[in-house]
Amino acid sequence: MDLRRFGFILLVIIVLFGVVVYIGEVKVAPIVIITSMLATTIAVATPLSLGALAGLFCERSGVVNIGIEGMMLSSAFFGWLGAIYMYHVFGFPIGVSVWSGVFFAMLSGMLMGLLLAVLSITYKVDQIIGGTVINILAVGLTGFLNRQLFFGRGSVFGGHVPNSPGVLPTIHVPITEIFSPLCGSSADCLQVVTSINKVFDQKPIAISAILLVFIAHYVIFYTRWGLRTRAVGEHPKAADTVGINVIKMRYLSVTIGGALAGLAGAYFTIESVPSFEPLLTNGRGFISLAALIFGNWTPIGAWTAALVFGASQALNINLQLFRDVIPPQLAFLQQSYVVGLVPYILTMIILTGIIGKTTPPAADGVPYEK
Amino acid sequence: MANKEIVLEAKGITKKFPGVLANDEVDFDLYRGEIHALLGENGAGKSTLMNVLYGLYKPDSGEVKVEGNLMQLDSPRDAIHHGVGMVHQHFMLIPVFTVTENIMLGAETDHRAKPNEMPLVKLDRKEVAQKVAALSHQYGLDVDPEATVGNLPVGLQQRVEIVKALYRNAKILILDEPTAVLTPQEAEDLFRIMHELTDKGVSIIFITHKLKEVLKVADRITVMRAGRVVGTATPKESTEQSLAEMMVGREVILTVQKKPAQPTDVVLEVNDLRVKDVRGLESVRGVSFEVRAGEVLGIAGVQGNGQTELAEALTGLRHIESGHFTLSGRDLTGRPPRPITETGLAHIPEDRQRHGLVLSYSVADNMVLCDYYQPRFSRGIVIQQNQVDANAQKLIKEYDVRTPSAFVSAGKLSGGNQQKVIVARELSRPVKLVIASQPTRGLDVGSIEYIHKQIIAMRDRGVAVLLISAELDEIMSLSDRIAVMYRGEIVATVDRKDATREQLGLWMAGAHETASSPA
Repeated sequence: MDLRRFGFILLVIIVLFGVVVYIGEVKVAPIVIITSMLATTIAVATPLSLGALAGLFCERSGVVNIGIEGMMLSSAFFGWLGAIYMYHVFGFPIGVSVWSGVFFAMLSGMLMGLLLAVLSITYKVDQIIGGTVINILAVGLTGFLNRQLFFGRGSVFGGHVPNSPGVLPTIHVPITEIFSPLCGSSADCLQVVTSINKVFDQKPIAISAILLVFIAHYVIFYTRWGLRTRAVGEHPKAADTVGINVIKMRYLSVTIGGALAGLAGAYFTIESVPSFEPLLTNGRGFISLAALIFGNWTPIGAWTAALVFGASQALNINLQLFRDVIPPQLAFLQQSYVVGLVPYILTMIILTGIIGKTTPPAADGVPYEK
Repeated sequence: MANKEIVLEAKGITKKFPGVLANDEVDFDLYRGEIHALLGENGAGKSTLMNVLYGLYKPDSGEVKVEGNLMQLDSPRDAIHHGVGMVHQHFMLIPVFTVTENIMLGAETDHRAKPNEMPLVKLDRKEVAQKVAALSHQYGLDVDPEATVGNLPVGLQQRVEIVKALYRNAKILILDEPTAVLTPQEAEDLFRIMHELTDKGVSIIFITHKLKEVLKVADRITVMRAGRVVGTATPKESTEQSLAEMMVGREVILTVQKKPAQPTDVVLEVNDLRVKDVRGLESVRGVSFEVRAGEVLGIAGVQGNGQTELAEALTGLRHIESGHFTLSGRDLTGRPPRPITETGLAHIPEDRQRHGLVLSYSVADNMVLCDYYQPRFSRGIVIQQNQVDANAQKLIKEYDVRTPSAFVSAGKLSGGNQQKVIVARELSRPVKLVIASQPTRGLDVGSIEYIHKQIIAMRDRGVAVLLISAELDEIMSLSDRIAVMYRGEIVATVDRKDATREQLGLWMAGAHETASSPA
């Protein structure tokens, strides 16, 4: 990640945070606003980081994945459905049901990845079309099953949506407990400590997303498997001539990518809210792809790009708290669709290459033929 | 190679591809410490045989033994295990990786010592880099382990490939057309390295179609033609003529017959031309020259020294930064290809499949790509297909294009016949200038002979010819004057009769000599 792009990311984040602080200052202390924005940013960037990592594994091995959106959507549905089945039909306790939901989400992501692999590696289908197939399939399949299982006449759940067993718990980091004694009786100090604590109190998938970014960085750049994966994505013939099984490496990478997209899907229905609605991923799979490209196909680059998109969503969420105090000269921010557009406008700016062009793996999108 | 101990023996190798018998009962053997040249035209089956030996193609029948052990022939892994290494014609290197990473790829750690090692094992770049440096030093290869391969010149990339094979303990080295991308001096260096390797017990299979090189470095020569071994000889008992006849199967005329040139008016005048390449770097840097009617100006140079961009600029395919050129007195700088073509340019492009033909179009349609819109072939916006077909029938006969019909797609023809389609289209028009870029690259001897004759015939008809070629032999045999391009500049221009291979080679490698005559 070069300085220019890093500077751009920093600038956008500062502007977005700055706007909310400027408006909300009259109601809440800046430190509270900033930490709350930061906490939201990290949380909502989770599916974007995971989606970008999903794309990273596929594309580093030479398979373009524009099906991240569909993989996320289908695994959001099947993870949620799995949790409901485990809880309501098989009678497992809440905790087990929720965690097995995560498992089902990743499993369905893997199966979608496997489908992309079969299409693009074995049958050498154009990879853009293969990804599109997955996106369309996911929309159709989840919409259909959702209707048939829950809303249809004589459907399994008798025409009503049962309560999902819930969402994953927040993991509390005891920052307040440790540092509050140092504040003594200062209320300001205590406010700072509890605010900062909020940034660290995240849910399991959000935490694992950050860990996975660094694990992926290590795996891709410092291990034998990573070297081979990159070789296969750059010049598969060269890899073949030194005895590397190109087909196997690609299958493995695309399936791993699918599992990561599945984890991203689980975020929506098992970590964020305990419900599913058709099309709930709302283009975030494509935004992940933009993050991957802007991050120059590196895990850390993609993650920082995902944080920018996360910040722009955080703007939307946090601004709603301060609707009533938006000053007249910024009245346009009253319109929620103006603010809601920010991530998509950012995507377009980033993809034009104004902020610097990035280079995909040389064999990205090219099927391997001996 | 005093003792004739056989290290590699291939017996009865047969390999069929759809419609082609690429190898037909081929036998081949290699002695320890020898350089065994495998000679043959493009499509003779040399590369197929080597890909079989290296495990990339599975033969339909036949067996290969290395030091008496039967090879599996199903994966390069097995070949590497038996000590066979290969330097491919198109290097199997990853440009964005460092030398060390390229060399360690696939052999990151010693698998045989640690068979159960996890794939997520950490890479030990330092250890490998040290081994690479040691190997490089031992064989006088001078390779920097930390360099990024994409930044190295081709000569060095080739050495990286050699180190890569040695790192895998290769005792048998297959070099596939290794001199195709090298300057004469770099080729000399390679020959020195080859001898250094054989002195240390490595055996080398040297694949080439260049007769001079074979006679110079090989201990034995095996000639292949149409998938079969024609015979094996030693350099002592062979001549260029005898080898060429074995390769082609008939008598060939190696030297181009031509009368002295009779140059008249200047047709192409190029003045201080500057052009940028795809990456935006200036790759033609102030080039000036002229070509007269009735002469061939040859531009010699190692590939990638701006020749491609020069040809593209003069044919209207690439933006000209500054300078200008005139064709028959008309300034055509910055004009699109059509007015340039209409002024009298024939262009035989470097990449015939990508820029010379529309492979999915029929031969007939390809033959009117330059003038389909003219009244001859079009009435209004409707193409007169019968005129197009009649034109094709005539040209196929005149230029001896071997095609089942005028309606098969151009992609189905052999390389030589594809080139003939281009030559027919370009030279049958009334032209004043021919720009021929690498006109015989990858063609068989018969087609080369034919193309060369056509170029000389154009010259004798009073057409100006600009010949751009990386094959020094081709430049030497066709040109009347020779200009050498190095790093985007013309470093020297000489009359053919004053030119020597050695001097041209030095210029191609960038050695300026102030005494050069700017003829």
